[in-house]
Amino acid sequence: MEKKDIIQSVKDSLFTGIIALALFGPIVGLRTASKGEGLFITPQWGLVFILVGLCILGRFLINLNSARKTEFTFFSKFTSKLSSITEEKAKHLAITAILFAVVFPFLPFTDRYFMDVAIMILTYIMLGWGLNIVVGLAGLLDLGYVAFYAVGAYSYALIATTFGWSFWICLPLAGIFAAFFGILLGFPVLRLRGDYLAIVTLGFGEIIRIVLINWYEVTNGPDGITGIPRPSFFGLPFKRSPDEGEASFHTFFNLEYSTMHRIIFLYYLILVLALITNYFTLKIRKLPVGRAWEALREDEIACKSLGVNPTNTKLTAFAIGAMFGGFAGSFFATRQAFISPESFTFIESAIIVAIVVLGGMGSQTGVVLASIFLIGITEMFRDLEQFRMIAFGGAMVLIMVFKPKGILANRKPTIFMHGDKK
Amino acid sequence: MEYFIQQLVNGITLGSIYGLIAIGYTMVYGIIGMINFAHGDIFMIGAFVALISFIIFGLTGVALPVILLLVLLIAMLFTACYGWTVEKLAYKPLRGSFRLAPLISALGMSIVLQNYVQVAQGARVKPMQPLISGGLEFFKNSEFVVTVSYLQIFIVVLTVILMGIFTYLITKTDLGRAQRACEQDRTMTALLGINVDRTISITFIIGSSLASVAGMMFVLYYGVIDFYIGFLAGIKAFTAAVLGGIGSLPGAMLGGLLIGLIETFWGGYVSLEYKDVAAFSVLIVVLIFFPTGFLGKPDIEKV
Repeated sequence: MEKKDIIQSVKDSLFTGIIALALFGPIVGLRTASKGEGLFITPQWGLVFILVGLCILGRFLINLNSARKTEFTFFSKFTSKLSSITEEKAKHLAITAILFAVVFPFLPFTDRYFMDVAIMILTYIMLGWGLNIVVGLAGLLDLGYVAFYAVGAYSYALIATTFGWSFWICLPLAGIFAAFFGILLGFPVLRLRGDYLAIVTLGFGEIIRIVLINWYEVTNGPDGITGIPRPSFFGLPFKRSPDEGEASFHTFFNLEYSTMHRIIFLYYLILVLALITNYFTLKIRKLPVGRAWEALREDEIACKSLGVNPTNTKLTAFAIGAMFGGFAGSFFATRQAFISPESFTFIESAIIVAIVVLGGMGSQTGVVLASIFLIGITEMFRDLEQFRMIAFGGAMVLIMVFKPKGILANRKPTIFMHGDKK
Repeated sequence: MEYFIQQLVNGITLGSIYGLIAIGYTMVYGIIGMINFAHGDIFMIGAFVALISFIIFGLTGVALPVILLLVLLIAMLFTACYGWTVEKLAYKPLRGSFRLAPLISALGMSIVLQNYVQVAQGARVKPMQPLISGGLEFFKNSEFVVTVSYLQIFIVVLTVILMGIFTYLITKTDLGRAQRACEQDRTMTALLGINVDRTISITFIIGSSLASVAGMMFVLYYGVIDFYIGFLAGIKAFTAAVLGGIGSLPGAMLGGLLIGLIETFWGGYVSLEYKDVAAFSVLIVVLIFFPTGFLGKPDIEKV
């Protein structure tokens, strides 16, 4: 490296330092704290200097690195390799992954915590797969997907607590309700293009949440709904002491009572639900309607001229996506046994969209990887409660910057003309 | 009638704040075609910088107009740094990649900024003593006295002044011409020797400064802020930008005013709880009849 370069990068680093000082100076350096009446300022200059120093150092190292022409290729090499592996051995990988998922609860290191995280990841995978139909296949940006999740959860909770019907009746009903809401929203707005659609769906998500908070008579407002019935194993409840003359899961199978039974059952429940979503998506991609979705995503005008009705086609995608959101919602309700509007904020929609886009739009495997990665990151920062969302957002930015098309970018049409595979 | 006028005044004040934020959305959308989700959080940071500087200057005992001017400049400067950095870090590497990538990056940035301020400044709400008090009273003889506070006058006048400067900047100066050129065709503009990257950076700086002014007004008007204000104000301002026709600058101001008025009138006459629902419902209805907003250019797709 020449002397000129070094001077240049030193200058550059100092400039970074000045900017960093401007960024961290007021917000980090002057912490406001209320003491009695009014606010006072506690300076934290030490922290600011550490942060600014880190920025200068980081910038300088990046400069040195880029001068040596060893760009940040490791990450993109890794992911492109990953992408080719997953494409070549898709079938084997899928079977291995499913097998692993099936035996996971019985592995020696699996404890309650692992199971909870796994259930959470699977819920997000299912939501991601559901949204993938809308965003990945049909190319409609939906920023209010959480609305359908909420509709599913609330309709499950309300039906189950009012009528006392079993999970297996409420689940399809919740899905139908959510799909109905999807059509209700989709009908007026699907003529809108791209970003207009995004903001309208975002607004719809907020409307649903505000209605849930304020419609006290039905939704119990911010307090939420409690005492949602837990699912039963085909009629056998997971209770320690079942009612007189009734069998529960552990007495029926002559097992020692354990709270893990229910967790394991919930785990398999969401696994099956998620796999159904995946199977459905893979199959419907090959049907005319699925092909119409992908065609619409690629070129709407060409589709119109070939006689595809864009509104109806988009509406089916929207409704089906919403239905799976509703299923996931009712699972969420039955797992938590308590739901409140707080669980259905915009950030949830953002996380689900992020999972779909980070995974690589339209890639089913990508959704799995992105869910594991993003939820894993927040779990790793679990002890640093405050920093976990910073890490989460930072990861979103970093993946996009280094891999703008997502971890697994395969946005290829499902079919090719005359086996013409490029 | 008096009640109506009072709501009108309140609505215009709120609309000014939304309008100033909406300009940032619409400018960025116009020039690089992305929804800058972090803009609401830039507004929140502007509010925090303003709050901190109000506290500092409050201790010195300088005259009020001087404080206001200084805080205005400080908030604009520091917030502009944030806007500039966010663009450099999260959006610039993604220029020219597919449409959703910058959106996700912006969502990530928004999460980062929100939680960063939460960690740095604490999660509790920050109250501030009112600085500008008093006002003019009208219709003193009737049952309902209409009050136009000095603060409301200050907010509206400041907005009008800023809009004037801004319009001049966009329509008359070289910078504005470069910006409008970038909006139309970035490649061609670059070929004609205009530094496109610099123009985009300046767009972000202008948008963030205007948002920081809105942040300062928010602190003064509501007297309470927390790290979460950026989200709701942000999506409402974006709704305003879409309502007016995204990409259109007068549209942003018009949309801001409309959203402000809808919200206050709905809150005043129908129900306070559902005032946010009103804004979004109006948006959905308007977009059905005007798919590109009120003043937006129709989007012509070429085959």
